[in-house]
Amino acid sequence: MADVPIDIDHVSRLARLALTKEEATRFSAQFSRLFEFIAELQSLDVNEISATAQVIPLKNVMREDVAQACLPRDVALENAPAREGPYFKTPRILDGES
Amino acid sequence: MITGHELKTAIAQGRLSAVEAASQALARAQSLEPQLRAYIRFTPERALAQARRIDDLVRAGEDAGALAGIPIAVKDIFCVEGEITTAGSRILENFRSPYSSTVVRKLEEAGAVIIGKTNMDEFAMGSSCENSAFFPTRNPWDPTRVPGGSSGGSASTVGAWSVPIALGTDTGGSIREPASFCNIVGVKPTYGRVSRYGMIAFASSLDQAGPMTADVRDAAITLGVIAGHDPLDSTSVDIPVPDYAAALRSDLQGMRVGIVHEFEEQIASLDPQLAELYRKAYQALEQLGARLVEVHLPHARYGLATYYLIAPAECSSNLARYDGARYGVRADPGGDVYEMFERTRAAGFGDEVKRRIVLGTYALSAGYYDAYYVRAQKIRTLIKRDFDQAFAGCDVIAGPAVSCPAFELGAKSQDPVAMYLMDYFTIPMSLAGLPALSVPAGYIGGLPVGLQIVAPAFEEHVMLGAAHAYEQTTRHAWAATPPVAQTAASTS
Repeated sequence: MADVPIDIDHVSRLARLALTKEEATRFSAQFSRLFEFIAELQSLDVNEISATAQVIPLKNVMREDVAQACLPRDVALENAPAREGPYFKTPRILDGES
Repeated sequence: MITGHELKTAIAQGRLSAVEAASQALARAQSLEPQLRAYIRFTPERALAQARRIDDLVRAGEDAGALAGIPIAVKDIFCVEGEITTAGSRILENFRSPYSSTVVRKLEEAGAVIIGKTNMDEFAMGSSCENSAFFPTRNPWDPTRVPGGSSGGSASTVGAWSVPIALGTDTGGSIREPASFCNIVGVKPTYGRVSRYGMIAFASSLDQAGPMTADVRDAAITLGVIAGHDPLDSTSVDIPVPDYAAALRSDLQGMRVGIVHEFEEQIASLDPQLAELYRKAYQALEQLGARLVEVHLPHARYGLATYYLIAPAECSSNLARYDGARYGVRADPGGDVYEMFERTRAAGFGDEVKRRIVLGTYALSAGYYDAYYVRAQKIRTLIKRDFDQAFAGCDVIAGPAVSCPAFELGAKSQDPVAMYLMDYFTIPMSLAGLPALSVPAGYIGGLPVGLQIVAPAFEEHVMLGAAHAYEQTTRHAWAATPPVAQTAASTS
């Protein structure tokens, strides 16, 4: 069994994902075997190799900066869990006076 | 089995109306749902409205399109305007698409009749369709077994002969593995060949839409409809789309087919019976005139680990948008907005999605980014170079699509790595961005398996040409009737 280096509490906070203790324990055990595979990657010498982030023969794709048709506001708001007038409504974001 | 092109001809000649074809496909698919559960939702009103439009065009003597009147199914990862699109997730169970994805728009403009949205592993993460938040889908060859995944619903309904064409997506094997398990043709195009606009993102440098069909000709025709540059997807490449149907061949004279040394060793150690089946497939290619050459992919064995760093990293970034603020399901415990984010995501995502978000966030986090994510991207370069070198000596590569036939439900669901290993033979092509397909190659214990054929980037026409010659000679897809199709025939 490979050691699992992940601090799951820390990472799940970064990911804004509230995990239960049971999930954190189970995931950690399940990651163990995957890290056996991942450890094999450390054996390759890749110092001289460039990274591949994408595989297609494209560089920056540009277009003229002109306004185009987009979703009407009312349509964009149709799936909102909560709305107020033309806005998405969420719980409080900033501390302080409301 | 009736193919899409046969149905289209029957409709164009007036022997069958598009409304009749749609009604029959809906009735058949619905009658099989108690056994298969391939669909999250049927779309009969949309289907019949489109079918009536096609019938009007046919009656008026007008060209109704390359797919006129053919009933199709669409994986529930594609936005279809006005319809619910869930990506197999609770977090989107109430999401109604405000617009159609480019591929769906193109399919409907070509006359295809969408009868429903198919089940899938949540956000396309899985190889068995058991990670759907709603229910697992079953295999038409044995309903105690999985149809493969993540495009399991699409594979199951085409494999059951309910519709001849369905749309799937493939990130690491999600078209090819289920196609193999359900005895159909599944094509993952070159990355950049097909627009991803309106297709819910999982891993943006890997995701690609493709056809899952009754035969190679249907795949060629469907790919011709959905391929091409789309200004709405800046990663879709602006190069001409060949006439894929015209590239279908009946022999392989002059073609060099690469057989991967490392894959043959691997499959022989995993399952000698399956290795023998694939050897027969290579012999069939040789009898068609192809010359077999040995090629090497020495870094392919690192594909799985590389993929399980890159894909979760991209997933953790893409799925950050599901926070309950603008769409989807919200869990609001009454605290601040961050509590809403955390609770929404905890309640809305299933186990596999959570696992990959944690893994991907870790691989991208400060202090680990270079050691994991960047290293994986460098190994991705090595894997891609292997293919470049292999294709210097061959026109296509042929090899296993899978390492076993369809397995029983639950057999691997408690062991994520056993599930990940299902994509051992399909992941390297995804990392290299190459086109690859699975075509029926025969049966092991009554269960179908597929042969994988891979081509250099943007040479889908070569790959489809080879697959067609193989299919027409061996006719594995026609050799047996899936058991559920026998049931359907006797009750309808």
